[in-house]
Amino acid sequence: MKIVVLLKQTPDTETKIKIDASGAGIDHSDTKYIINPYDEFAIEEALQIKEKNGGTPEVVIMSFGDEKARELIIKGLAMGGDRGVLISSAGLEAADSLTVAKVLAAAVKAEGASIVLCGRQAIDDDNMHVGTMTAELLSWPHVNVVTKLTVTGEKAHAEREVEGGKVEVMDVSLPAVFGAHKSLNTPRYASLPGIMKAKKKPFDSKTPADFGLNPADLKGKIKVAVKGYEYPPAKPAGKLFQGEDVEVMVGKVVELLRSEAKVL
Amino acid sequence: MKVLVFVEQRDGKIKSSAFEALTVGARLAGSPTDAAAVVVGAEAGALASQLAGYGIDKVYTVSGADFALYNAMTYSAAVDAAIKDFSAQVVIGVASPMGRDFFPRLAARHDAALLTDVITVEWKDGALHGTKPMYAGKCRAHLVSQNSNVHFVTIRPNVMPAQKTGTGAAAASALQVAGASAQSKTAEIRKGKSEKADLTEASLIISGGRAMGSADNFKILSECADVIGATVGASRAAVDSGYATHDMQVGQTGKTVNPNLYIACGISGSIQHMAGMRTSKVIVAVNTDKDAPIFTIANYGIVGDLFQVVPVLTKKLKELVGH
Repeated sequence: MKIVVLLKQTPDTETKIKIDASGAGIDHSDTKYIINPYDEFAIEEALQIKEKNGGTPEVVIMSFGDEKARELIIKGLAMGGDRGVLISSAGLEAADSLTVAKVLAAAVKAEGASIVLCGRQAIDDDNMHVGTMTAELLSWPHVNVVTKLTVTGEKAHAEREVEGGKVEVMDVSLPAVFGAHKSLNTPRYASLPGIMKAKKKPFDSKTPADFGLNPADLKGKIKVAVKGYEYPPAKPAGKLFQGEDVEVMVGKVVELLRSEAKVL
Repeated sequence: MKVLVFVEQRDGKIKSSAFEALTVGARLAGSPTDAAAVVVGAEAGALASQLAGYGIDKVYTVSGADFALYNAMTYSAAVDAAIKDFSAQVVIGVASPMGRDFFPRLAARHDAALLTDVITVEWKDGALHGTKPMYAGKCRAHLVSQNSNVHFVTIRPNVMPAQKTGTGAAAASALQVAGASAQSKTAEIRKGKSEKADLTEASLIISGGRAMGSADNFKILSECADVIGATVGASRAAVDSGYATHDMQVGQTGKTVNPNLYIACGISGSIQHMAGMRTSKVIVAVNTDKDAPIFTIANYGIVGDLFQVVPVLTKKLKELVGH
């Protein structure tokens, strides 16, 4: 059994998004990158599955991205991953989710993995596409927004959270793709020895061509183009109450909610 | 141009957001003959007539025990059968947990574009143009589909209103689709623990931050919420401190919410929190720090201690609702 964890580098959640002067792109010059927060739950789950299976499954931390993703993959190795794979996105910076899924599906196939874990969605484009598209391209089942996962032999039992607190209980056969939700587990911190060892762990630097894909062909088939960005409309200044008696201030706000905002 | 709309039902009830998708579908198709819907479920046939008057002439129905519970594999197969029969060029759904779960499969299957969770959508020069909030709403991207024979899109609920035009016969047309998938089976769908509306669907939300100080103190928010039927939320700081559960978290790594009223108590307003609730129609903030960032997006702010403000708010709301 081999487990591949798909990792994406995303801007830190406290990042202020700056649209560049042309409006066509986002200015990332000041952006601090982190492992997509949901992907940390995927890494943790992979490590727990490995531990429950006698430590035999290899856990591969894989990312399609630029050089900056390398140190994030190494963070995953410091948590306990066995091997890193960075597939260069050079020439495919404008790749949409299906293009990324094509590259990852080819890489997962080459690895011969039986479990793919990823985050439920990336917090930058908020698409929730790549894991599911990768499953479809491989003709595998998927379960996304997973809150509980039990792997037994060639089967997996997964629970996924949907609206209104409802839970869909799924039985799937492996190989399969699972998208981790927050409550799946509590990601561990990398230990000091883990961090020391991570840099010496095997690390493969790949390109799409290594999996028989031609970046120029892929680029010519990108399905979704981003034509520009804008900020959401600014909210007009609100009314601030201070220094008065609490009863009075709350009374005024409740009255405004009723008569002005008409939400009560 | 031929447009197919996926109409979502759960437990035999059509979701209200499905009518929003139908309205978009009818508008893009331009004529009821060019618009169709597909309903999948145990007894999908019985639901078709409810779609009459929304500008579509044909309703594909895929019924049977195999389709009683949502499953990504079987529902993808069902909708795909309708896409092929209708020769649909555009397929519209809602960015609900269900739509977001299987539309990526269909887009990959057709080697086609998918715009997800858009707040505007147009068909222009043979392509879909959509506006999509990104970075949990910190900015919006203008997306255009290309290099596709079928163009997929899911719309954000509660943004584009449903409108009955009075046209469209919504005649049912049953499709036979092979059921159960050997790879994936939905064993059951469990009801949620909470009777309250989920945060993502709630119209009234009251949230607490780190200043709540303990899980026990969240009771004062629940008491206030109960008066007006609101759902209780929390900031990441409160969740990380163990005062609230993760399913209550509002923000970029929690839930993106869109209520009519959002009351933030003891929440300073981190960028990631505001990203998840800034589209709330009306925002009330209670904080001891008059310079807290949350006040920059609040319609009404009270500078004060939440432990004094919230009990008074509960009392005033009780007077307002009359008990």
